[in-house]
Amino acid sequence: MSRNLLEFKGISKNYSGNQVLHDVSFDIRPGEIHALIGENGAGKSTLMNILFGMPVIHTTGGYEGEIELNGEKVEAKSPFEAMALGIGMVHQEFMLIPGFTIAENIKLNREIEKNNVKNKITSTLFGRRMKTLDFKKMNKDARIALDKLDMSIEEFTLVKGLPIGYMQFVEIAREIDKTELKLLVLDEPTAVLTESEAESLLQAMRNISKRGIAIIFISHRLNEITAVADRVTILRDGEFVITKDVKDTNALEIAEYMVGRQVSIERTSTEAREISDEIKLSVKDLHVAMPNERVKGVSFDVRKGEIFGIGGLAGQGKLGIANGIMGMYEARGNITIDDESLPLNDTRKVLDSGLAFVSEDRKEVGLLVEKAIDYNIMFTAMNIKSEFLNVFKMTDKKKIRRNARKMIDMLDIRCTSERQHTGRLSGGNQQKVCVARALTQKPTILFVSEPTRGIDIGAKKLILDLLLELSRDKGMTIVMTSSELAELCSICDRIAVICEGQVAGILPPDASPTKFGLLMSGIKDLEGGKHD
Amino acid sequence: MTTNISGEKIRAFLLDNIVTIIFLGFVVFGFIVSDTFTPSSFTNDIISRFFRNGVLVLSLIIPIMAGLGLNFGIVVGALAGLLSIVFVRYHYALFPGIGGLLLCFAIATPIAILFGFLTGKLYNKTRGQEMVASLIVGFFAGGLYEIFLLFVVGGIIPVTRGHRMINPVAEGVRPVGIRSSFEMGLPAGEMTGRGFQNEIPGMARALNNLWRIEFIYALAVVSLAVFAFLVIRRIYMKKNPAVLSKLNEPLWSFCLKIAVCGAILAFAIFSSGQIYYWYNELQNHPYITRLDLLPGISNFVVEISRVDRVPVVTGMVIAAVGLFIVYFSKTKLGQDCRSVGQSQQIANVSGIDVDRTRIIATIISTVLAAWGMIIFLQDMGHVSTYTVHRNIGFFSVAAILVGGATAARASVKNAMVGLLLFHAMFIVSPAVGLFVFNDGNAGEYMRTFMVYGVIGVSLGLYVWKANKAIKDKERLDRPGVVSEAGD
Amino acid sequence: MTELAQERFSLLSLFKKIPFSTRVVGGLYLAVLVLGVVFGFSIATLISASLHFFGVWAIFALANVPSIQSGTGPNFALPIGIVNGLLAMVLVLAAGFTGIWFIIVSSVTALVFGSLSGYLYGRLMNAVKGSEMAIAPYTGFAITAAFGLVWLAIPINHPNMVFFLGDGLRHQIPLDYFGANFILAEFLYFEVFGLEVRTGELLVVFVACLLMYLFFRTKAGIAISAVGRNPLFAKATGINVDRSRVIANMMSTAIAAFGVIVYAQGFGFIQLYDFPMFMAFPAIAGILVGGASKQRANVTNVVVGTFVFQGLIAIVLPVFSRALAGTDVAGVVNQIRMVVQNGIILYALAQMSKGGK
Repeated sequence: MSRNLLEFKGISKNYSGNQVLHDVSFDIRPGEIHALIGENGAGKSTLMNILFGMPVIHTTGGYEGEIELNGEKVEAKSPFEAMALGIGMVHQEFMLIPGFTIAENIKLNREIEKNNVKNKITSTLFGRRMKTLDFKKMNKDARIALDKLDMSIEEFTLVKGLPIGYMQFVEIAREIDKTELKLLVLDEPTAVLTESEAESLLQAMRNISKRGIAIIFISHRLNEITAVADRVTILRDGEFVITKDVKDTNALEIAEYMVGRQVSIERTSTEAREISDEIKLSVKDLHVAMPNERVKGVSFDVRKGEIFGIGGLAGQGKLGIANGIMGMYEARGNITIDDESLPLNDTRKVLDSGLAFVSEDRKEVGLLVEKAIDYNIMFTAMNIKSEFLNVFKMTDKKKIRRNARKMIDMLDIRCTSERQHTGRLSGGNQQKVCVARALTQKPTILFVSEPTRGIDIGAKKLILDLLLELSRDKGMTIVMTSSELAELCSICDRIAVICEGQVAGILPPDASPTKFGLLMSGIKDLEGGKHD
Repeated sequence: MTTNISGEKIRAFLLDNIVTIIFLGFVVFGFIVSDTFTPSSFTNDIISRFFRNGVLVLSLIIPIMAGLGLNFGIVVGALAGLLSIVFVRYHYALFPGIGGLLLCFAIATPIAILFGFLTGKLYNKTRGQEMVASLIVGFFAGGLYEIFLLFVVGGIIPVTRGHRMINPVAEGVRPVGIRSSFEMGLPAGEMTGRGFQNEIPGMARALNNLWRIEFIYALAVVSLAVFAFLVIRRIYMKKNPAVLSKLNEPLWSFCLKIAVCGAILAFAIFSSGQIYYWYNELQNHPYITRLDLLPGISNFVVEISRVDRVPVVTGMVIAAVGLFIVYFSKTKLGQDCRSVGQSQQIANVSGIDVDRTRIIATIISTVLAAWGMIIFLQDMGHVSTYTVHRNIGFFSVAAILVGGATAARASVKNAMVGLLLFHAMFIVSPAVGLFVFNDGNAGEYMRTFMVYGVIGVSLGLYVWKANKAIKDKERLDRPGVVSEAGD
Repeated sequence: MTELAQERFSLLSLFKKIPFSTRVVGGLYLAVLVLGVVFGFSIATLISASLHFFGVWAIFALANVPSIQSGTGPNFALPIGIVNGLLAMVLVLAAGFTGIWFIIVSSVTALVFGSLSGYLYGRLMNAVKGSEMAIAPYTGFAITAAFGLVWLAIPINHPNMVFFLGDGLRHQIPLDYFGANFILAEFLYFEVFGLEVRTGELLVVFVACLLMYLFFRTKAGIAISAVGRNPLFAKATGINVDRSRVIANMMSTAIAAFGVIVYAQGFGFIQLYDFPMFMAFPAIAGILVGGASKQRANVTNVVVGTFVFQGLIAIVLPVFSRALAGTDVAGVVNQIRMVVQNGIILYALAQMSKGGK
């Protein structure tokens, strides 16, 4: 008999040829707090989706390997089967109904029906769903679950208006209330909490695990992991790296495991480029209200001709910076370009000041997918500079096509013609169209977000070379935001790491992976140990 | 600070109840400028409209609960009711009186279930645009219904030549189509205009006439019931903290309600006594009819006795439907409806069959609307075959909105208040039109304007508030949330 | 053989390109047309009737193009534009303009009134973004009812415009009193093989469609269509989304105001009071029949859809009354219109939510 509660055995998964998990094996013991850590794309969420039998797994061809629960092979076909197996999960997005009380939310679709004669009659006449509910009993159950978490709030309070920290607790209470719960998965539970709320959550986790319920704790906060977890498993690029007892390791080591060695992309030579000392763009105390990517007071300077990288984990606010400056979300702060103040929250004026933006979201923001390449490329320049128009203020097709052909040649966009719809292009070529539109605008500063997301390796290299070329040949100042540290390190001159909406630190591209790893986890002072 | 908050509160209250307040103002204005109403004529009007429309308005609540919004598609249910009435009236000799009416209910129910199922399917297909779809499906079904009664009846389904419901035709021409209007047929006991009684009792007021009591007695009973309800609820609330937090009725509000209710009760009991006394007097003087002014009867009593006697059974049906809705909201299905209504996504993730729940909600609404239509028509006594359903959706929706409901929240109370207030507007608007525009026709347009205006304004305010809430969430400095910049 | 197969294939693919709603209603139209010929109508008579209905309705359908393109959706509040046009005509008649001058002056006035109300309406639509279609119909209904009061109270005493008894404008004001009926219809009117061609009317429709086509090639037009297709893209490229939507709704309302002048011309009288109430639905059905969708509508949709849909309505009555001789079919037109029109709108709504979430 296994003494493990749960065992992952050689789990592999690919999404249409893209290997996201490769032969991952580790185990969870009963009643332990097991931290799971890894960069974006390391495979944490895919692994959890497999565990929960999310439909997305089955519609993409299932997975390889086995999951054993208490020594028996299990395969959840749906989240409900996973729940029946005693596995609960608290998602990052709350599954709470604001207009319901805490108790109603805890008992959502697990309501208790009254067991009296009247109900027996109505249920035989009109079906089970016409039974009345026993709100008293539901409240009582909810009370018990809340008490287990040391929550004194009344169970009949409406969820609407609760502080976010409380909502998190309600979610956990719902899982605890499920009688057969053996394993609880918490996905970045502290991300939205204040410090004191996070502290009480950790305490609650300890209490739960004392009751014999194991917890998989997904977090990027190394100090929380070391504070609460028994063991930690690190995933990187879809592969299992190591499982360690927390008492045998430290934050530095975990960070190193997490980031690993920077391999994939060679750093191209930067000798030919000249970067003046002149400050082109200065960002001071920038706040941006981008949902899930809030920026909470970011400051940095970018020199003329520099390629400035912005990195960090997902949801920490790195994407909010470019979006905020470009006026896509409400922003506050002081931005200057060449010592001239830039008005915020007015995309038109920002574009007029010579900024261009290649969005991280190609399909929703970057392109008109039902329109042709040439149309997409000319769009911004046409709109803000009234280029490509004839005397009647109508579009001049000749000019548009000429410009598109030029760009197609220059950026090597693979297409049947400049009239092809951008929706039919591959990811890499779509990205090039977005870049082409930005270049047609003739900007002095270019913001590029996630330029290689969803693009195959070959195209990645092309895009990065292109950015480097723009900087070298045209002296363009580039601010590149990316989740992939490797590509930031390959072309950027300096890289700011964003954590919890703020700059954790700015590093040169040749800094050690450990330093990046620690900054991503929000540990700023490296005094913890001179490991490297 | 405190004054600021209370100012804010008053503003929020005004904004939340703007439609109700405007209507109240309109009705009061109508009373002031008009000299055509007596208390009794007004009460008569409003009472009969209340009983006529009650079930129709109540039929809107469950779809709102289930997040389908305002179901203008109750027109489809009304058509089911109409079809059953056409069938039964066609065979009037076979199904006379209240029996025929009950048969109408029995026939309408399965038809309405089918219609509701199809409508529900449609709402699932037009998710996010249900309110537009419900408006259009009413028109669409109306067109099909008209084609059915105009051409299929007679054209395909054979009919009797010269039947009083069938369009009259010349010799040798095939009779086709139901007439544009027909009568429900007077029930046993009611006289025709010429003083003759129908040979075969009809369905007009068949339900209403089952049992009628003096208005003032009914008022006494109802106000006593409400009084008792308020007191018991208050006691229960004090004992049970869960109820307290949900209800949160401040003391002054309770006292006010009790006082109003008590005053009405006292008034009703006093008047009942008067009426009872004069009844006995009349019994002793058989040659004096009830409304003759006996010397000594005060104007007050005469006025009260002029109010028609109220239909108890119809009232009980409305009460039963209201109680059913309250009961329904406490069942598993009702809870599922509320979950789906609040968030289809979360309900789905929690394992609730969202589509099925929405279809059931639509079916219930459609069936209630069919019944409501039958009750409506038996009260009217007269059917305009091709037009009577057209405004059912608009008027019912406007009524419940006037009562304080929104596209996402509605209660039996909203329906009841709305019924009274909306129809009060209907009654006074000709007078207001006459006063303001000095024109008899103006009231009609004013009425129409109020109906569509109230729907537009309520919906608009509701969407605007919802949009504002979403926008506030995406604000940098969220109101009510301590700035996150610090941490 | 292969060539023939290829030919067939290309015809099939061409057929498949025709939107579903156009195929259905077009099929109905052709069926009634054939039925009409079988029952002895000349095809020219039937096409003439279709053309007439097309001419008076096309502008109303066209009014939906800017609002759909801007993402506001079909303009269910078309009655707002229509009452503006009616008001313009009434005022211009009262001011003493007749004949061609009546048309010119009232058109300009209607466009001005329409733009102003369209501005307010556009602001309203921005406030209720996401639920435009739920609010718009009631806005239109309410405005129509409010204008019922305006027609009653408006201080105009022209004997040919007011009720014979009492105050207020008539329900129908005949334009022949003012020498202003059928001016467009009779301009360059000709007949070929029995086909009546109202050149002036069709010319106006043609010019309006052409202008619309050209507008969506200008910077402002492109901005509007980008807003409809992808508001985030539009925002990122420096377009003021709300402003573009307001402009689109101003255009839509103004065009509807102009449309009612063409409509009144075509029938010879101005209709007031309840007339505008349900005018939006046939117009919207027209453009939807032509294949317009949630965010896309073009001039082709307008022309094809309105011709087929209104053509069907135009020929159903004469054909059916002869085909079903002996039965009273006067009502049937209205019912068929209700079913086809609202069926098409429902179908479009279902398509819309398939496209969305």
